[in-house]
Amino acid sequence: MARVRSFPAALRRAALAAAAALLTGSCDRGILNPVGPVGSAEKTILINSTAIMLAIIIPTMIATVAVAWWFRAGNRKAVYRPDWEYSGAVELVVWSIPALTVLLLGGIAWIGSHDLDPAKPLKSPNAPVTVQVVSLDWKWLFIYPDQGIATVNQLVIPAGTPVNFQLTSATVWNVFFVPQMGTMIYTMPRMTTRLNLQADKQGIYDGLSAHYSGDGFSGMQFKVHAVPPQQFAAWAQNARGTPKALDGAAYAELVKPSSYVKPMTYGAVAPRLFESIVANQAPPPMLPKTTPPSMRVSPKPPLEPANAR
Amino acid sequence: MLGKLTWHAIPFDQPIPLITSLIVILIIGAIGIWVWRKGWWPYLWNEYITSTDHKRIGIMYIVLALVMLVRGFADALMMRAQQSLAIGASQGYLPPEHYDQIFSAHGTIMIFFMAMPFIIGLMNFVVPLQLGVRDVAFPTMNNVSFWLTASGALLVNLSLFIGEFSRTGWLAFPPLSEKAFSPGVGVDYYLVALQISGVGTVLTAVNFVTTILKVRAPGMSYMRMPVFTWTSLAANLLILAAFPVLTATYAMLMLDRYLGFHFFTNNGGGNSMLYMNLIWVWGHPEVYILALPSFGIFSEVVSTFSGKPLFGYRSMVYATLAICIISFMVWLHHFFTMGAGADVNALFGIASMIIAVPTGVKIFNWLFTMYGGRVRFTVPMYYAIGFMLTFVIGGLTGVLLAMPPVDFIVHNSLFLVAHFHNVIIGAVVFGVMAGYTYWFPKALGFTLDERLGKMIFWCWFIGFYLAWFPEYALGFMGATRRLQHIADPSWKPYLDVAMIGALVILAGIVLTVVQLLYSIKTRDRRLDLTGDPWDGRTLEWLTLSPPPHFNFAVLPDVHGEEAYWTRKLTAIREEKLIEEPKYEDIEMPVNTPTGVICAFFASLTGFAVIWYIWWLAILGLIGAFAVLVWYAWRDEHEHIIPAAEVAELERERRRVRAELLKTLTAPA
Repeated sequence: MARVRSFPAALRRAALAAAAALLTGSCDRGILNPVGPVGSAEKTILINSTAIMLAIIIPTMIATVAVAWWFRAGNRKAVYRPDWEYSGAVELVVWSIPALTVLLLGGIAWIGSHDLDPAKPLKSPNAPVTVQVVSLDWKWLFIYPDQGIATVNQLVIPAGTPVNFQLTSATVWNVFFVPQMGTMIYTMPRMTTRLNLQADKQGIYDGLSAHYSGDGFSGMQFKVHAVPPQQFAAWAQNARGTPKALDGAAYAELVKPSSYVKPMTYGAVAPRLFESIVANQAPPPMLPKTTPPSMRVSPKPPLEPANAR
Repeated sequence: MLGKLTWHAIPFDQPIPLITSLIVILIIGAIGIWVWRKGWWPYLWNEYITSTDHKRIGIMYIVLALVMLVRGFADALMMRAQQSLAIGASQGYLPPEHYDQIFSAHGTIMIFFMAMPFIIGLMNFVVPLQLGVRDVAFPTMNNVSFWLTASGALLVNLSLFIGEFSRTGWLAFPPLSEKAFSPGVGVDYYLVALQISGVGTVLTAVNFVTTILKVRAPGMSYMRMPVFTWTSLAANLLILAAFPVLTATYAMLMLDRYLGFHFFTNNGGGNSMLYMNLIWVWGHPEVYILALPSFGIFSEVVSTFSGKPLFGYRSMVYATLAICIISFMVWLHHFFTMGAGADVNALFGIASMIIAVPTGVKIFNWLFTMYGGRVRFTVPMYYAIGFMLTFVIGGLTGVLLAMPPVDFIVHNSLFLVAHFHNVIIGAVVFGVMAGYTYWFPKALGFTLDERLGKMIFWCWFIGFYLAWFPEYALGFMGATRRLQHIADPSWKPYLDVAMIGALVILAGIVLTVVQLLYSIKTRDRRLDLTGDPWDGRTLEWLTLSPPPHFNFAVLPDVHGEEAYWTRKLTAIREEKLIEEPKYEDIEMPVNTPTGVICAFFASLTGFAVIWYIWWLAILGLIGAFAVLVWYAWRDEHEHIIPAAEVAELERERRRVRAELLKTLTAPA
């Protein structure tokens, strides 16, 4: 019987472990420390839904242990009702409780899905920055079509400004994910997905591929630098001075499998490179040398991806 | 001549698989020789390998499941060790090309060759007994099903020694699993093994759906069937609907890989999103194929050990059928992050949450079954209560994952991995362990050691929480799954706790072997002489333990929902057993080596296809077909158990029962 008595103790231990895990889980670089509107909204839904459900399951867990213990075979005080096998009232309650909970959570899910649709542009007074994301074996290529530059494994964005991502893959599937910024999304070959995120706080955040893509997958990490808008403009200007250009040859070199790749910057990008990758065609030739990279300044006509909405 | 097969296929340069394979080969050889020295081969051949008896086939399934549990768990330990070691500057002891095979094999083996055979084994053993009949509808096909499953398991394990296994995860998503990105034999091993075992699984479903719908004892109407039988029916209907989708999906991927088709390729009009949809159209129901029978086991266990009928039996049946149907309408929740619109995501999210309603109803009904009962804390009951406590947490995290905005930040993370282990360990493993302990005396005539059984339970229970709660937390920190190397050193403490949890579970698995051997050694102390060791309520407890070949001398006449319980109460009230019936000859199906020979040729064909040895593949197919023709031409279908022999066995049972009745009716 001693063993029986340890059930509530085991439960307490489990609950404590869970609480401890959840508390310490809010370490400073995860989804519980969002730095933008998308991540914050998602965290709120996560916490609220968990609280709603805990209100049901904690009493259920306590009742399970309490009922099992009280009605143990040795307890003479417990009333044995060997034929009690149906009660309309009880059935009504046991169907209603989960049904009402799901009704409530379903409402949250419906509204949340629409508010946080990855393709939906974020509301902001600032004009969004467009970044085209390409997953390669096994690194990330970020193309800034408006700035005419590209980076590898390093995403620099202006803080407080929405970023409009267009994503594809030049290889197998991956998932673009910056835990502290919120929503992740698949990058898929021959297809473009869209994602809108924003970092309000300046800082350096971890980014990763969240979908296994082969042997070099673990080394497919990148850093997001959220910097003040002026600094972003200066960085872009400076980057255009980089002599390396992402033309057909450089791209052919870049797609060769490699992992744990150090950040790189390209001062120029072959025109419509992203669209070529989506179409699975060789990148078009670079613009004539008479237009040096430093001349290609904003504003230039925004690129319309072929298969954007 | 040998296709792609050369000496390079043997991993001479990799000590881990090489040494493991040699040890496994030695162990198998040693067991083979030991059995031969003891002279047990004819017994094994006649009573198990070629048996068409559903009870023997059930036991073989469970033995296969336990062996595969050890294999799959060895993979789990290696993964945990790698993640504990490969942090920061260290790369651990497993290079990516090996680690990737291990997590792919772990998932494949645990789902297809551990959980499925365990569940199907319990169904095989229990369902015909609960229905009060002598065998399943198609006994020979049952044997074929088992051997095809075993053939798949053999091929998966062969990849350890010859060639390599898939490195594409347990579902082999294209385009990674296409020839362009995975040119090796690994994906072919995966596809071919699962195609062969998939045929076995579909045949099982055909068999059990037919049995439950058409072969029942007189008076056993649908609403009198025990809940385990109901959940088995639901699970087999799901198999029947879902597994052909899996077969077709794998067939398309095989056409891509072998014949240059473009179903899921990046070029030529292929679309990998199609694979994602198709595989989860199978994959989500698969969860319930495993979970529903476990719910059935818990229903039997809670009712028996509370000394009460199952509370809200009809509710439970409706809840089971509701889960069965809704589980086909939720597959999209596995890829909310693929960029479908908000309406689609929200619709599938809400559909997924709706499954929580009938599941919640089940939890409450088990609770009310205990309410007003006399709960006996036996090992199966420990698992049942442990399950109820653990599963609600898995349900909570499951509903969170069903909410698209939450899934957007935890999809594919260790939170997800913790969630599905929470439900698979909490429901399926606890369920099959409860079922194994509960029906063991019925199968072998003696109970398992109770004290060791409780230790095993605590190992699984505590080990589960230690192994998976840190992973929930890691998911919140942004840890994704399938990482061969961990960049963030602050995750180490969590991974170390998870490693300790895995070691606690290891202790449980070792104790399971110890419990089995110890219980066999001391079986004389724990013989089940009455056939009803737990004061049971369903028909399997009417027979002796182990039941005779024909199960029931006369098919029981069923009155009421709890066929055996009603009969027991009547006997106690009237202080006598029912009138002795007139015994008749019983026809039983004869043994046949069809299954094992068929599976031999299937393995041969499978191996040949994997290695592009086309002449052997054709030979294997011809062989398998020839077996079929030979079987179709057989002269002898059944053998007769004469009435005198039936009477003798049945009179022994009645003598035992009369004695039991005396003890039950004796004045206290």
